[in-house]
Amino acid sequence: MNRPSVAWKLYIAAFYIFLFAPLLVVAIFAFNASPFPSPPWKGFTLEWFIGSGDAFGKPGVLVDPIWLDTIANSFKVAVPVALLAIVVGTVNAWVLERAEFPGKTLLSMMMLWPLVIPGVVLGISILAFFSRVANGLEEWLQTDLDFLRPGLPLVILGQLSFILTIATLIIAARLRKFDRSLEEAAFDLGASRARVLRTITLPFLRPALIGAGLVALLMSFENFNTTLMLVGSEAPLPITMYGQMREGATPAINAVSLLLMLGVGGIVGIFALTSKTER
Amino acid sequence: MSAKPDTRLTLFLLLAPAVLWLGLLIVLPHVEILILSFSERVAPRVYVFGFGNYLEFFTEPLYWRTFARTAIMSILVTVLTLVLAFPIALYIARVAQGRLRAMLLLLCLLPFWVSELVRTLGWMMLLRETGVISYVLQATGLTGQRIEFLYNDGAVILGLVYGGLLFMIVPLANALESLEPAVVEAGFDLGGSRWTVLRRIVVPHAMPGIVAGSIIVFMLTVGNFATPVLLGGKNGLWFTEQIYAQFITRFNWPQGAAFGMLLLLLSSAIVWAGLRLTGQSLGTTLKQA
Repeated sequence: MNRPSVAWKLYIAAFYIFLFAPLLVVAIFAFNASPFPSPPWKGFTLEWFIGSGDAFGKPGVLVDPIWLDTIANSFKVAVPVALLAIVVGTVNAWVLERAEFPGKTLLSMMMLWPLVIPGVVLGISILAFFSRVANGLEEWLQTDLDFLRPGLPLVILGQLSFILTIATLIIAARLRKFDRSLEEAAFDLGASRARVLRTITLPFLRPALIGAGLVALLMSFENFNTTLMLVGSEAPLPITMYGQMREGATPAINAVSLLLMLGVGGIVGIFALTSKTER
Repeated sequence: MSAKPDTRLTLFLLLAPAVLWLGLLIVLPHVEILILSFSERVAPRVYVFGFGNYLEFFTEPLYWRTFARTAIMSILVTVLTLVLAFPIALYIARVAQGRLRAMLLLLCLLPFWVSELVRTLGWMMLLRETGVISYVLQATGLTGQRIEFLYNDGAVILGLVYGGLLFMIVPLANALESLEPAVVEAGFDLGGSRWTVLRRIVVPHAMPGIVAGSIIVFMLTVGNFATPVLLGGKNGLWFTEQIYAQFITRFNWPQGAAFGMLLLLLSSAIVWAGLRLTGQSLGTTLKQA
């Protein structure tokens, strides 16, 4: 078993080709000078990134307001999701690791639930519940509550419903490794609770906080199932991509995908670096 | 350190976000769709309690057939993913050393950090009638005309297996890593063939990883939307699509809620059965992944 056979090695090689083939094809055809994202190769162009639309009738991604708006929408969702995930995730981690109260086992189990609920079901349940709340409140207050209707605020809530679990797990894992005698030493030296938190505990948690934030950012950017059910007129990136893929897209979608891959690569790179310096 | 009422207030404040999150975003919404799924419309804006939405599911063949198809294909996808991933995980965990091993694992992870939509776009571009594979086959003279590889069950299964691989490889590799080389060697020394050692020693040892990976892949597959719809086209027929159609296209929320409950039930039943069969808990299983 320790001497891999040729067949096994060939299988491994074939597997990695299989793994990267779709991504390579997407990346390569982002530069094809053709109005369709398919072969034959018609020459290299940057038209699908920065073109004004004179050559193929449709502008490049970085010029086209449709794509720019949808990227902006994704950020409008992902940034609040990431920040809230860090804050709430830290508090939750504290509850799991430090607090003692009846029902703690149940609560920690419930925090795992969102991971086993299909994203589509999370989406429709939040949609239905907040519509009921909105109907009730609007009748009572005699005013429109649009943020409870499908739209970006509801998408933020929908994504948080399961991203909070991930953030909590990441931060709690780090908090578990914390040596509490460090905090006690600080207390003995006369530091206040707030000061201990600020100078000892939070700096220790920092890599996990950054990690949780980046993971939340990525998951938010890429979430499709839950977002699809809660989206209003302003669509984040995966929703727009989905629409274009159904209708038949131009290579602009390849250009967007390549930018997305580079962005993800960058974030994963930062993540790998921060976690490496830690160990 | 501090007085009793003070610590109780602190605990209350610390618990507040978790309670709000689980209450407002998980528990109450699911109570809502449970209630919704049992309500029938008798007149415009008038609803009464009833089992009509569930009866509709069992009487309309399209609905239960799509449901059964989704369940069966998801099991098939899970098994295929396991079979394809096992040699890779074994190689990463047992054969590859040091940097090669780290690199192989990282290379596995990379494609999965990229959006599902991007990966699906890649497969569409490869499999389409005007796509890369068809073009290459025609250009090399292997086929006379273009071939459509997209919009069939094979394409759907391919896309779903591709999407599940990572979630199988990581738990498998984690489980296989702890296997003592001496145990494997003892198996060989006692006259076991490669096959016997694999079946009697390696696979049983990897069981926690196999269960964890299979559960996660099944859940992700059953709940997938974009891959079957985009790669299967009209022939995709995935149950999540029915939920979407009822909720968004037809605006029949009670029916959609009933479908949602059924999907949740299917997904939970498989998770529960998997854990039960192997005597593991949800917490440890999720940690494997």
